[in-house]
Amino acid sequence: MTKSLTHLERLEAEAIHIMREVVAEADKPVMLYSVGKDSAVMLHLARKAFYPSPPPFPLLHIDTSWKFKAMYALREKAACDAGMELLVHQNPEAIARGINPFDHGSLHTDMWKTEGLKQALDAYGFDVAFGGARRDEEKSRAKERIFSFRTATHIWDPKNQRPELWNLYNARKAKAESIRVFPISNWTELDIWQYIHLENIEIVPLYFSAPRPTVTRDGMLLMIDDDRFVLHDGEVPVERSIRFRTLGCYPLTGAVESHAATLPEIIQEMLLTTTSERQGRAIDHDQAASMEKKKQEGYF
Amino acid sequence: MSDATPQNGIYKTDDLIASDIEAYLTVHQHKSLLRFITCGSVDDGKSTLIGRLLYDSKMIFEDQLAALESDSKRMGTQGQDIDFALLVDGLAAEREQGITIDVAYRFFATEKRKFIVVDCPGHEQYTRNMVTGASTADLAVILIDARKGVLVQTRRHSYLVHLLGIRNIVLAVNKMDLIDYDQAKYDAIVAEYTAFARSIGISDFTAMPISGFKGDNITERSVHMPWHAGQPLIAHLETVALDNDADQAKPLRMPVQWVNRPNLDFRGFSGQIATGILRPGDSIRVLPSGKTSTISKIVTLDGELSEAVAGQSVTLCLTDEIDCSRGDVIAAADNPPEVSDQFESTIVWMADEPLIPGRAYYLKLGTQTVSATVQSPKFTINVNNMEHMAAKTLELNAIGVAEILADKPIVFEPYVNNHVLGGYILIDKITNATVAAGMLHFSLRRAQNVHWQATDIGREAHAALKNQKPKILWFTGLSGSGKSTIANEVEKTLNLLNRHTFLLDGDNIRHGLNKDLGFTETDRIENIRRVGEVAKLMADAGLIVLTAFISPFRAERDMVRAMMPEGEFVEIFVDTPLEVAEARDVKGLYKKARAGQLKNFTGIDSPYEPPENPDICVNTVEMSPAEAAEHIVRQLMPLK
Repeated sequence: MTKSLTHLERLEAEAIHIMREVVAEADKPVMLYSVGKDSAVMLHLARKAFYPSPPPFPLLHIDTSWKFKAMYALREKAACDAGMELLVHQNPEAIARGINPFDHGSLHTDMWKTEGLKQALDAYGFDVAFGGARRDEEKSRAKERIFSFRTATHIWDPKNQRPELWNLYNARKAKAESIRVFPISNWTELDIWQYIHLENIEIVPLYFSAPRPTVTRDGMLLMIDDDRFVLHDGEVPVERSIRFRTLGCYPLTGAVESHAATLPEIIQEMLLTTTSERQGRAIDHDQAASMEKKKQEGYF
Repeated sequence: MSDATPQNGIYKTDDLIASDIEAYLTVHQHKSLLRFITCGSVDDGKSTLIGRLLYDSKMIFEDQLAALESDSKRMGTQGQDIDFALLVDGLAAEREQGITIDVAYRFFATEKRKFIVVDCPGHEQYTRNMVTGASTADLAVILIDARKGVLVQTRRHSYLVHLLGIRNIVLAVNKMDLIDYDQAKYDAIVAEYTAFARSIGISDFTAMPISGFKGDNITERSVHMPWHAGQPLIAHLETVALDNDADQAKPLRMPVQWVNRPNLDFRGFSGQIATGILRPGDSIRVLPSGKTSTISKIVTLDGELSEAVAGQSVTLCLTDEIDCSRGDVIAAADNPPEVSDQFESTIVWMADEPLIPGRAYYLKLGTQTVSATVQSPKFTINVNNMEHMAAKTLELNAIGVAEILADKPIVFEPYVNNHVLGGYILIDKITNATVAAGMLHFSLRRAQNVHWQATDIGREAHAALKNQKPKILWFTGLSGSGKSTIANEVEKTLNLLNRHTFLLDGDNIRHGLNKDLGFTETDRIENIRRVGEVAKLMADAGLIVLTAFISPFRAERDMVRAMMPEGEFVEIFVDTPLEVAEARDVKGLYKKARAGQLKNFTGIDSPYEPPENPDICVNTVEMSPAEAAEHIVRQLMPLK
């Protein structure tokens, strides 16, 4: 009499196993928390992995100061609900230089996110950081290990990755080296949505369609989230029914026009759609293999 | 596009998505998961097949397709056609070389299952990657180019897949379109493969003629090959039996990962169930202690469970307060696994640095991590023709059979019965790299028959009679650094202080106990191992033991340190620069080494790894031997 586990049950069990291995073997782990849907799933899995204890590590948000307002609102609540400490880091140099997505292009991501992340990991002395990256997101991710090593200067060397066999993870490292661990590597976007639906996980309302003020710029549909958004000549905000498939810095995140206001409707749209989720992110369009380059430099 | 493939893909019930998404979701929440590996070389069309599976399942979106079309034109390996292989080959450097050099994971789903495709390279030197990929797979697709038939690499892939215990094997004879869908040629290939498969112990496999490029026998039965009666590839993948289900029928084993103690009233044991089923009320045994108890409850965020099965990650509580921590295994009380510290094992070497027999590595198996040494291999296996060859070590990508000795007992099962309790990795203690993967065969009989005999007069009694605390004073340094001279001075002083001592000197030991050993890395390690064991026996007898050996490798010095109670191993670094030691050249050895008459001489053509944190350090440029000895003795005080 066997009870076949479903694909979501097996993915969940794998992620929980990975999180527990880290807690058992790391000195000072942290969970990177971006407030997006993948982060929401990660947080939920962490609560399940360690229940009835709260997850034995803090959440860390690498803040760029340019996230959507709705993301900041959920951030505090989610950490509080989970009984976890929330750490927020903003790169002081980026603040001082007023780095922003409108004027500084890819420097914005580099300074706030890549540099900000390195600063925070070094400052707190975290040796393992959980991330919610998935292998289906982008080609170079498909080859990354679940336990991904970074040198003392946070460099990723794709040619020199440790072999990962069975469910055995080698978490040993020298002082100052760190590990990025991706427990939901084997999940797809559809798995994430199905799991959120099935487990009733709270996510930022921006994932659901609503009338919002927008402009079209460089082929992307951008939402005007606050008055820092400078309109170009001829641009007039238009209210459209939109939602987001991924959430990042609001001036860099493209929306899709949609009327999907419930999870089943979102999944329905996703299944019938013909573009990949990262298409809405300006960062990937820089150059071929841009993500691989960013990762070698230390981007998550 | 082939006429064998419907234009709009068949994997999704598009109608149901559009008309009744709730019904669709209910169906899709009950899909199972199959991981499979694809083996074949670049030329066998492996990437093309995977690209085809993703394309047909609509896992390729318009933006990716647009990028693919432009890439196909730029890279130009398939003319103006879409090159599916480009979709699969990920990293920039590899794309330029035109080969896949690592393990990549791809995802697609059908109505019945979600699939994780482990994309494995077929290139000669990448046994390591294939073994890695195969370790998590339920099924293997072995691709053969129909024009070429069974090649050396086909044998190699089949052997590795079988070695890693994959029971479901699909022999996909690809590129049938290029041999005009010729049944006779296909039958000949299958016959040849059948004979080979039997010879290496593969009892069953499923053969099918396909074309990844044209889409024959992928999603639907090919109209070009009505003579083939079997299912198309996708239908086979959707219905093949899962290992995860079979694991539930085996006796319970759950390696404990973490003890969950939120407060004094709750003690839960967290882990992923390797095999079997557990329910509240079941009797269990904790290994290696052998203590028994009963499961009281299975705790989750969503309430208690009445049952949990192999593959699930759970937290359970026991009715008794018994010792149980990370590394222990919770098992069926009436059918527990074995415990041993000596094994025969197959080892796949995965590091550039070859195996050093006798050196201690970390061995991680399940949630247990121990220190272990590998003996010289009994033989290695040529993966191209399965011949056994004699070997002294294992190089990168070598597969060998060797005995492995752990420093303490581990809970295990033969790999063929249980991958979780039989598969392990070896980790280099200095670099922390994963250097090997291993599969345990069985426990060596001598481990079962040799038991530790307890004696009444213990080491404390020996030491008390001598009124001293036993120690090993381990002098390490280059040849000619002054180890023996200083150790001799130290022993003289200790003797005057009425201490019971013994000096083990490198050259003296090589006259007797170790006269069978030379100066290769392996022999040097064995030299130090034996000296360590002798020094330990003498310390057990209550003595202060002084050892004067070059002992060039950190790993072996740490091995001896690990054998001793905390604080009893004192590492003394006799720090002399190479130029100074060579200028002294008391025994004339440096001169011989420089002239090439002496091989493997430390400092010349063999490395010396200085201690990183020696307990005591003496600099022989600034201190005379007597001063150095005085400094050491002062550091050792008090001696009681």
